[in-house]
Amino acid sequence: MSQNRPWIPYVLILPSVAFLALLFLVPLVQTIWLSMSDNGVPSLANAQRMAGDLNFTRSLKNTFLLTLAVVPVQLAIALAMGTMVGKIGRGRETILWIWTIPLGISDLAAGLVWLAILQNSGYFNSLLYGLGIIERQTSWLSYQTPVALFLAIAVAEIWRGTAIVMVIIVAGLNQVPKEFREAAEIFGAGPWVRFWRITLPLIRPALQSALILRTVLAFEVFSVVYALGGRNFPVLVGEAYNWQNQNQNYGVAAAYAVLIMVVSLAATVVYLRAIKVDPERLP
Amino acid sequence: MQRLMSLGILAPALMALAAPTQAQTVFVSTQLRPIEEATVVRQELLKDAGQVDYVVEEPPQFAVRMEAERQAGKRTVSLVGALHGELSPLADNDTLEPLDDLAKKLAADGMPQSVLDLGKLGKPTQQYIPWMQATYVMAAKKEALQYLPAGADVNALSYDQLIDWGKALQEATGQPQIGFPAGPKGLMARYFQGYFYPSFTGGVVRTFQNADAAAGWEKLKALWAYVTPNSTNYDFMQEPLAAGEVMVAWDHIARLKNAISATPDDYVVFPAPAGPKGRGYMPVLAGLAIPKGAPDKDGAIKVIEHLTTPDVQLLTAARVGFFPTLNVDLPPDLDPGVALLAGGVTATQAAKDAVISLLPVGLGDKGGEFNKVYMDSFQRIVLQNEPVAAVLKEESAVLAKLMTDTKAPCWAPDASSDGPCPVQ
Repeated sequence: MSQNRPWIPYVLILPSVAFLALLFLVPLVQTIWLSMSDNGVPSLANAQRMAGDLNFTRSLKNTFLLTLAVVPVQLAIALAMGTMVGKIGRGRETILWIWTIPLGISDLAAGLVWLAILQNSGYFNSLLYGLGIIERQTSWLSYQTPVALFLAIAVAEIWRGTAIVMVIIVAGLNQVPKEFREAAEIFGAGPWVRFWRITLPLIRPALQSALILRTVLAFEVFSVVYALGGRNFPVLVGEAYNWQNQNQNYGVAAAYAVLIMVVSLAATVVYLRAIKVDPERLP
Repeated sequence: MQRLMSLGILAPALMALAAPTQAQTVFVSTQLRPIEEATVVRQELLKDAGQVDYVVEEPPQFAVRMEAERQAGKRTVSLVGALHGELSPLADNDTLEPLDDLAKKLAADGMPQSVLDLGKLGKPTQQYIPWMQATYVMAAKKEALQYLPAGADVNALSYDQLIDWGKALQEATGQPQIGFPAGPKGLMARYFQGYFYPSFTGGVVRTFQNADAAAGWEKLKALWAYVTPNSTNYDFMQEPLAAGEVMVAWDHIARLKNAISATPDDYVVFPAPAGPKGRGYMPVLAGLAIPKGAPDKDGAIKVIEHLTTPDVQLLTAARVGFFPTLNVDLPPDLDPGVALLAGGVTATQAAKDAVISLLPVGLGDKGGEFNKVYMDSFQRIVLQNEPVAAVLKEESAVLAKLMTDTKAPCWAPDASSDGPCPVQ
């Protein structure tokens, strides 16, 4: 049919392309212009203001450290979860359903849940007090306890964001043909060899998608950090928010937004190069 | 996030469908935003004011909305209620309707001329009508009073006495017991502009980096040893006070009210401490204004008249803790928590060494960056322990640039200036 009327596919994708162009490309161009101009004249003043700011280096460092700490752990946990659930027959759906609960909660709500656990009068302190480990309220989220604060944010992020990785990995694992594994078993390959030599290479496309998605989201981390760390743990998106909302300097906020986009794009390119996917296996 | 966004898209559409057809006076306010307070406004304060649609807006969004409506040339808002400093950029754009007739009438009804004059925002005509006022005070649990240093009067504390008090509290309880609202949404910047700088230097901008300021910062570092490190997470001090995390706190009266109204017998309310130059304090004034081109100007004037009647002003004090701008006596059957706060405000205003510090004027949309200068200095000097003189020198350059960019003249307590306020 499409050979008779070759324009049909284009007409069908036109609405989505127009929609994206209108609601994505136009604001993108506007944001880039906002960040690169000063009173309507091209200028690097906003970028300089951003780079010279007190919290710029800290927020850059915090964002990268958090990404480095969170993404590999999430990937490992998601792989473990996906493999485990593959062995389960009855009740598989229920377990998957429970595991994906964090996906249904908004970022900020997740942050507030962890705040209720970790704040001075929170559940964690109550537990430690009940066990006789601490004598009085201890703060875990203050500027005087940067390691505890970092760990708290990392744990909250891992709790919140692992499910999305797992969903993609489980979908990938479902596509691995059973015959490969059975053949390997017959040739005497143990579970580890099967995992490293068969499963992992075959789920490369899923791994690539999961890593790109999760890393980009990690660079955009904000709500959980804002709820738990506030002023004590600046991250890039948080600084963009502060410049936009509190300082009302839209130029510097736009400079942060552009920086986050560049970092995310760079990470995506790195993954696309590092995890080569056989074109035959692309959908 | 997606849910929130779809809700955000759906809600106005549904509201547009459900909106009644008769004309309503749209009243947009940056004050009395929390749902409990907004409900009081809708159901009690505006009960007999005709058809009013009371809409709340966060201050940054308020500024954006007003600017967008100005640029579009189509107003939907008939009446705005906002702080003195938030109305000032609107007056600078010449977008507010002059309200001189109303001002004359209110002056005759007993609104002090000094308060009314603030509503001129330095212009020849009345830009807004003062609506309600508030300030910042300190609150303490009564059980903390036993640790006050000998000879100290809680209503006339000095910074040295506050430090000694904090030390005694920490020794007695094992934990720092003083708290400040230095969180992301806290009002800590106002502490520096209205309390710390006037008390230590007698100025805010001119004196930003002088020797008095440096000595003040050293004193604040000494105090901070007895301030809970969770302060950088606190936005509203009523929460840590009620939760028992701190015993002594400084904040805006509206942000202390819930804790104090819940158990008024547990608290004392008193003025902030005094430094070498006096006891700095910052009155907060909210005003009502009508944008030029408002769709329902007559309705808006009626609402202003209604909100500035003595009865409604007293009701406002009793229900939401903002005090009247009219010269009226508070009734004896006032909510005990509000009465306690009112006592703290009176003690502050009546203090012999009081130094009034006005809200910044003339900064336009640079108010946020002005706050940032003080908060950055705080973060570097107190939290990151950087050398005081070097930080003040660097930040004073930022401050000086802000002042010359906005051409904002000095405001009290700084001595007035021709042209932009200089940083000395």
